[in-house]
Amino acid sequence: MAWFRKDKKARQPRRERHEIPADAWEKCEACAHTDIREKFARNLNVCPNCDYHRRLRAVEYVQLLLDDDKWEETETELRSIDALGFPDYEARLKKARTNAGETDAILTVAGTLGEMPVNLGVMDFAFMGGSMGSVVGEKIARLAQRSLERKHPLIVISASGGARMQEGVLSLMQMAKVSAVLSQLADRRIPYVSILTNPTTGGVSASYAMLGDAILAEPGAVIGFAGPRVIKQTLGQDLPEGFQTAEFLLDHGILDDVVHRKDLRQTVGRLLRHMSGKPAASAWAIT
Amino acid sequence: MASTPTLEFERPIFELEKQIDELKKLAGDQQLSVAVEIEPLERKLDTLREQVYRNLSPLQRLQVARSNKRPFTLDYVRLCFTDFVELHGDRAFREDAAIVGGWARLDGETVMIIGHQRGRDTKENLKRNFGMPHPEGYRKALRLMKLAEKFQVPVFTFIDTPGAWAGLGAEERGQAEAIARNLFEMSSLATPIIATVIGEGGSGGALALGVADRVLMLENSVYSVITVEGCAAILWKDGKSPEMRHRAATALKITAPDLLDLGVIDEIVPEPAGGAHANHEVAAKALQEALIKHYEELRRYKPEKLVRKRREKYLKIGKYVE
Ligand SMILES: [Zn+2]
Repeated sequence: MAWFRKDKKARQPRRERHEIPADAWEKCEACAHTDIREKFARNLNVCPNCDYHRRLRAVEYVQLLLDDDKWEETETELRSIDALGFPDYEARLKKARTNAGETDAILTVAGTLGEMPVNLGVMDFAFMGGSMGSVVGEKIARLAQRSLERKHPLIVISASGGARMQEGVLSLMQMAKVSAVLSQLADRRIPYVSILTNPTTGGVSASYAMLGDAILAEPGAVIGFAGPRVIKQTLGQDLPEGFQTAEFLLDHGILDDVVHRKDLRQTVGRLLRHMSGKPAASAWAIT
Repeated sequence: MASTPTLEFERPIFELEKQIDELKKLAGDQQLSVAVEIEPLERKLDTLREQVYRNLSPLQRLQVARSNKRPFTLDYVRLCFTDFVELHGDRAFREDAAIVGGWARLDGETVMIIGHQRGRDTKENLKRNFGMPHPEGYRKALRLMKLAEKFQVPVFTFIDTPGAWAGLGAEERGQAEAIARNLFEMSSLATPIIATVIGEGGSGGALALGVADRVLMLENSVYSVITVEGCAAILWKDGKSPEMRHRAATALKITAPDLLDLGVIDEIVPEPAGGAHANHEVAAKALQEALIKHYEELRRYKPEKLVRKRREKYLKIGKYVE
């Protein structure tokens, strides 16, 4: 399983993936380690030197988690609208669509993970900071509805700065909406795994991100309700080292585990098999 | 009674009140002799209050919603309910006075009350953290909701908070999880829930008490995904100037009529002329009537149906095209 293999069905985030040749040099944001792009790519975009988990696009997480060629995008027609007449929102949406694609801030797919059917939603930070508006809420709700109908587990990978303020209180209500659909899933004992990546803050953290039957996070991910800048303002001093990182949350009893990207697929698969009464998989394609 | 105006647009009201007060004082025992002069002034005052309040901008409404002269949760508890027994603590970490709750009676029947509580002065605000809860506040609220469910009584929540507390402890103890848990549990709570925004409904901290069968807003209350200041600071790098705050308050659509239009709330509860702070009793009476009316409608449903309808309601909220 290698996510960098091209998948015909994937909506390619053109900009990043085609304009830069594979032998171009890239620099790690954390340790300044420089390597050819291909090397980062082979390592799932984790820095080979310091293990810093660099940002992935939504489709790359799909390829990382699901079985090759066994998935398809769902809810492809939903588009955000400027329901409030909010200054500049139309222009921002247009720019985001050009730069990040038509999926809005979440890509939803139905596929299999280790041959087990699952529904997967992956937030895309490249689309307006992964902000949650009506479309994100509706896409997750419909994805969860699929899970309800077919009794397939639900997985959501979060990467978000929070609610999309250009949609006002409608975006706030998406927190309630997704929580409502997750309560339906819980009634039917359908497993839901939430995976938090860098960053998961604001309204997304205070709704579906924290409601998983299992909650996992990638190493180093910043996770919290109030953003570090806002807390720093209230506090009037610098935040403690490592505050609001995945490891900090694990220590404080808020996460089930922090999982390296290379182990994510296997960990999620094992968890889902436990929670849906399936026997252990004899072997996993990756280690 | 004239008092110092904390809201600039109330100055003409304040001046007229002062004038009436002075006339009354001058007349001393001979109140009758000035009655002819006072009566038209009092009529003028009523008209003025109505005029000023009819034309409030969204930013001015926000200022009214935040006023510390407005009735708070415990004022409504005193004025709309009887037999209040306060319950404290989340049974895990500590008591959070930014959220109050307990048993009470509405029209003689036992109900559960939960609401944000602000302080009227600095001392009380320190205790109540300006109505900004820590995770233990949301967890206390959830404990009381489950208690209400257990004993089959309805839950009445009152929303009045600038938002969640942005502090170290709140994050360490998982306020994101605490808020999320409430949204999740309130989606399944098998007893009627009626939420009322009485002042400022600020983002997740407000919504943590806000998933309900019926959501009401007082006429001059506001409900927003982010503070007006925060929005202006992020989008226009200026969260302080009146112009940018006005721009954000208008753009965010935070007033009760806006939210009714968006299908997020069910009813606007009228406030007396000059706002709820002009007359706590009249404001409370209108709220009490609305609460009784909605509860009478909801109590007809079996808990399972109530939960189903509540979830369906939230699943419909949102605006998009396909
Ligand atoms: Zn590095």
